[in-house]
Amino acid sequence: MLALATLFPNVDWEDMWEATLETLYMTGISVSATFLLGLILGLLLFLTERGNLWQNKPIQLIIAGFVNIFRSIPFIILIILLVPFTTLLVGTMLGANAALPALIIGAAPFYARMVEIALREIDKGVIEAAKSMGATDAQIIYKVLLPESLPALISGITVTAIALISYIAMAGVVGAGGLGTLAYLDGFQRNQNDVTFVATVIILIIVFIIQWIGDFFTQKTDKR
Amino acid sequence: MITLKNIKKVFHTKDGVVNAVDGVNLTINKGEIFGVIGYSGAGKSTLIRMLNMLEKPTDGSVDINGESLTGFNNKELRIARQNIGMIFQHFNLLWSRTVRENISFPLEISGINKKERIRRVDELIDLVGLSGRGDSYPSQLSGGQKQRVGIARALANNPDVLLCDEATSALDPKTTDSILSLLVDINKKLGLTIVLITHEMHVIRKICNRVAVMEEGRVVEEGPVLEVFKTPKRTITQDFVKQVTEPEETEETIQHLIQKEGHSQIVKLTFVGGTAERPLISDLIRKFEVDVNILQGKISQTRDGAYGTLFIQIDGQPETVKEAIHHIQQQEVEVEVITNVGISNTVS
Repeated sequence: MLALATLFPNVDWEDMWEATLETLYMTGISVSATFLLGLILGLLLFLTERGNLWQNKPIQLIIAGFVNIFRSIPFIILIILLVPFTTLLVGTMLGANAALPALIIGAAPFYARMVEIALREIDKGVIEAAKSMGATDAQIIYKVLLPESLPALISGITVTAIALISYIAMAGVVGAGGLGTLAYLDGFQRNQNDVTFVATVIILIIVFIIQWIGDFFTQKTDKR
Repeated sequence: MITLKNIKKVFHTKDGVVNAVDGVNLTINKGEIFGVIGYSGAGKSTLIRMLNMLEKPTDGSVDINGESLTGFNNKELRIARQNIGMIFQHFNLLWSRTVRENISFPLEISGINKKERIRRVDELIDLVGLSGRGDSYPSQLSGGQKQRVGIARALANNPDVLLCDEATSALDPKTTDSILSLLVDINKKLGLTIVLITHEMHVIRKICNRVAVMEEGRVVEEGPVLEVFKTPKRTITQDFVKQVTEPEETEETIQHLIQKEGHSQIVKLTFVGGTAERPLISDLIRKFEVDVNILQGKISQTRDGAYGTLFIQIDGQPETVKEAIHHIQQQEVEVEVITNVGISNTVS
């Protein structure tokens, strides 16, 4: 402990721990919500495509438009654009919870496209086979589409989760809390480089762990 | 059992209107193996998909067991489909599921409880000869084994009808034969009606009772397999029959011999059923002053009897040769005197 104190004189480990928990909290909630919302949007994108179960051009265009727009807006601008919406929803524009709407709205379209690509990879013959057995649309979704694309869905959410961690750090600059805020306010603005350094290392560790977990489950579910 | 009345399927594509199936009428009897043969693009794939409404006919009606599938709503159709199994050229198994889980899939769809599912899956694994492979994933199986899983899966809900969409086209000849025997086996054991489409006459020859030949969306010839082998009417049918009865090099060999000239006659004999097994040639040599040279011959076994072709060269005095040919004609054997390959004079 003494060695750490001399190496990083300005680091308040209790603050650092709290910031890490905040970052993990934001990551946990935003990744879960992005997974759900992105999955639904991605499924809708896929199913309403030409030749698929719910072929429907108008709905396809609306969802694709929504996804494309929100995927294209730079995240830091999206936060600012969403301030009125966030204030309405959460009551404040500061703190971890206030960052969540922008995080989810920014990441879900990104993931939705990955879901769509994953679903397109499924052999159409398998869907046809399920239909020939008399499967309902719901059964095709739960028993064919999702299990057959699972490895790609997992690797997709891994990539998205890592993108979200960088979004969360960015959101930290405008007051979301977590390691981003700590690195910016205590590290950059007060010129304490050791704080920035430690915050960066912790973020890297989180990213590596997520990548490792993602790879593990992608491989475990892939029986091809 | 299955009745198709004037069914049509029209596709509107960028390049215009395509009449994939153009007014097909067929009746398929209960318990028979019915084959549809045609080249790719003939409309047979679309045709078989209209038997379970994976493709909705543009016009016409499909009746199975007296029920009109064409009039069904989605829910009725789903229930009807549980009674019609289907297997595919590329097997279409779920790679995320083991053999057991794949076979269990249609049972889950029809809402069978878990205990009953396990019992039924065990039964099916035995039936298709996959004992011990239940916990493998499809990626660990050979093509033939995958198709066995496909067959087990298609039979899970005890269907009355099995549709085979080019089920052996992705398999090597030996595996093809083992899958065909399995199909005959279950056809006998379960009294299942099988409808298959293929581009290989070999498949028709081996297992079908009746066959329909498709060309450009229409059925151009139809009948019992042996009948069609004996007297193929259309050129396309003759080509398909040749696939199994004449080795590829026949034409070249015969052409070569004709060009050599001489008094000899080259004759193609076609035997059907019992006549295929008679000692015609020794009979011929004994009765007439002729030399008989066997050029090429083949006997193929169909489900309802043997079918054989024999190319012989008869040499001797022109008069005697004529008499000899006349003698063969009286033996219920089809005779064709070949003067030029491609243009042959049927004497009978």
